[in-house]
Amino acid sequence: MTDATANPVAGPRKGKSLTDPDARTKKRNAAEKRFRAYGLTAVCIGLVFLVVLVTAILSNGVGAFQQTFITVPVELVEEKLDKTGNRDPADLRKVSTFGYNPLIQQAVLARVQALGIDTPLADAGDMKNIISASAAAQVRDAVLADPSLIGQIVEFRFLASSRVDGYLKDRVKRADVSRDKNISVEQLDLVDDLRDAGVVAKGFNADFIFGADASESRAEQAGIGVAMVGSFFMMLVVLLLSLPIGVAASIYLEEFAPKNRWTDLIEVNISNLAAVPSIVFGILGLAAFIQFMHLPQSAPLVGGLVLTLMTLPTIIISTRASLKSVPPSIRDAALGVGASKMQSVFHHVLPLAMPGILTGTIIGLAQALGETAPLLLIGMMGYIATNYPDGVASGFLDPNSAMPAQIFEWAKRADPAYYERAWGGIIILLVFLLTMNIIAILLRRRFERRW
Amino acid sequence: MYDAPNPTETAVTQTDIKISARNVQVHYGDVHAIKDVNVDIPEKTVTAFIGPSGCGKSTFLRCLNRMNDTIDICRVTGDILIDGDNIYDKKVDPVQLRAKVGMVFQKPNPFPKSIYDNIAYGPRIHGLARSKSDLDDIVERALRRGAIWNEVKDRLQSPGTGLSGGQQQRLCIARAIATEPEVLLMDEPCSALDPIATAQIEELIDELRQEYSLVIVTHSMQQAARVSQKTAFFHLGNLVEYGETARIFTNPEDKRTESYITGRIG
Repeated sequence: MTDATANPVAGPRKGKSLTDPDARTKKRNAAEKRFRAYGLTAVCIGLVFLVVLVTAILSNGVGAFQQTFITVPVELVEEKLDKTGNRDPADLRKVSTFGYNPLIQQAVLARVQALGIDTPLADAGDMKNIISASAAAQVRDAVLADPSLIGQIVEFRFLASSRVDGYLKDRVKRADVSRDKNISVEQLDLVDDLRDAGVVAKGFNADFIFGADASESRAEQAGIGVAMVGSFFMMLVVLLLSLPIGVAASIYLEEFAPKNRWTDLIEVNISNLAAVPSIVFGILGLAAFIQFMHLPQSAPLVGGLVLTLMTLPTIIISTRASLKSVPPSIRDAALGVGASKMQSVFHHVLPLAMPGILTGTIIGLAQALGETAPLLLIGMMGYIATNYPDGVASGFLDPNSAMPAQIFEWAKRADPAYYERAWGGIIILLVFLLTMNIIAILLRRRFERRW
Repeated sequence: MYDAPNPTETAVTQTDIKISARNVQVHYGDVHAIKDVNVDIPEKTVTAFIGPSGCGKSTFLRCLNRMNDTIDICRVTGDILIDGDNIYDKKVDPVQLRAKVGMVFQKPNPFPKSIYDNIAYGPRIHGLARSKSDLDDIVERALRRGAIWNEVKDRLQSPGTGLSGGQQQRLCIARAIATEPEVLLMDEPCSALDPIATAQIEELIDELRQEYSLVIVTHSMQQAARVSQKTAFFHLGNLVEYGETARIFTNPEDKRTESYITGRIG
């Protein structure tokens, strides 16, 4: 036994007033202040980047949701569209889109003349070129859908060509037009006049959200809708495969598997798989699913399988983490009243781990939704010239694209009108990701229980 | 080392033996946690295990309903007989065993469910109730025997985790009783509770003695003296001394026991 007061240790503060901090304390306080400043700076830098990102995306992308439309009444002349006059669908089909072009030219010319607009454009074809090349197909589809329209004058709302659209959105300037063979100053003058007359107007572009992609020369027609369907089917595959496989694997590894060298090896490998670059999964998918198993190329099924491989490690890791975070006392309690191992896991541990599992799954899905690189290798990239898949099976098996792949495809096309579409596509993708994250948060709130 | 059972201890032979352990050894990996323990635990009695931290009393308690099975590196050898059956026999299903040997843990651990579901869980998985009203009866009986019925009868559907610590522990005891066990193991059931809640639990333990064989691990020697009829003193994995509680506390045979109960070791 020693008496503490008998042998005093000379402390640093011995004999000093508490109101007078010593050098050591000052140094410590200064260090803490500096660290807080660093932290605050880091947060501010992050926020600045976020603001820049959001502003850039919105300012560049919002234009894609607006489109210039030209409303013209078109006379559907019977002699041109149905020479026999018996409205036979087979005969109507024989008239190609080229057969409709003169009608549209005539309609534009008539409209311009009726409005009394004075234009130096001699050719009605030049006037018609302010309208998208998709117009003829639009009229033809309307006629084929309803042959009784033939002989009538029907008002159509055509897409303006991408140059005219760009002109109304200030993307195409008069000064640049001299070098552009797709549009002339005279045409822009005509557009100005037609706009004053209310024939040319901007409107909400629903086709951008729901439509299919279009060729390089018809940027005004391109939409992300079909790629959205492709993404949807892929996500369906990912969800249906990765959730049960991932959760079952995690439950087994976490709750049942003996802890030995093999399970350690598996654990290390799963962690490593989570860090494998996604392009590697792409080439694996190409080799395994397409070249070896002969699944169709460019199909959402294959895309979903590849993304499942990519998502599984994420889901397994997050599920294991949330299983681990369930207090062992709950397992003891269940075993203590005579529940079997499986009952204790499924009745007690799993419900408590549910919020974590769901959050991990949705984060994994969101990651998969935004993944582009593996899709490059399995061919879900490029201009998919089909419209909506006509059924569930073709939704899985027909060639399709995915939202990020579509955005990439647009971004690399030459026409600046596609640049705007790419940004617009990013907005839609971000809306999806944001929605998924909100769902994750809501589910977490809903299932979270205290213990 | 103590050799059980000592024929001069008449009290042990007065009542029937419920649990008897013979040459029990427990290893955690390379650590020899329980060294050759022999003990006979009588029926309808409270038996207290005392000893310093890490002496193996909780480990030995968890052997009695094979809760140690859940620890991978834990290895148990020797025989533990309950009503003459060796519970470490290959044919014994630990799940059935645990229904017969209930357990209450150190920290109150109600399920994050309603009070009703906490109690009803055991009877449900063991199929003890034939109907809803049957189950209601079982729940009420368990809560009454757990001495908590009056406090919770009006809020059976509110979460069990919303109760106070002492109430939670009584809920856990009621939950253990609900599966109709024959033995109730308690691992420091009062260590997380205040003196008032502790007194309530101790009173409850004394009542439960009428129907069950109880084994209680405790760090409090006063508690062991208050509630138990038999006491076993563990030290460094050995069962040093086992006998009537009154004798252990007044006239210990072993020097280590005497040192511990007088506060010189542990």
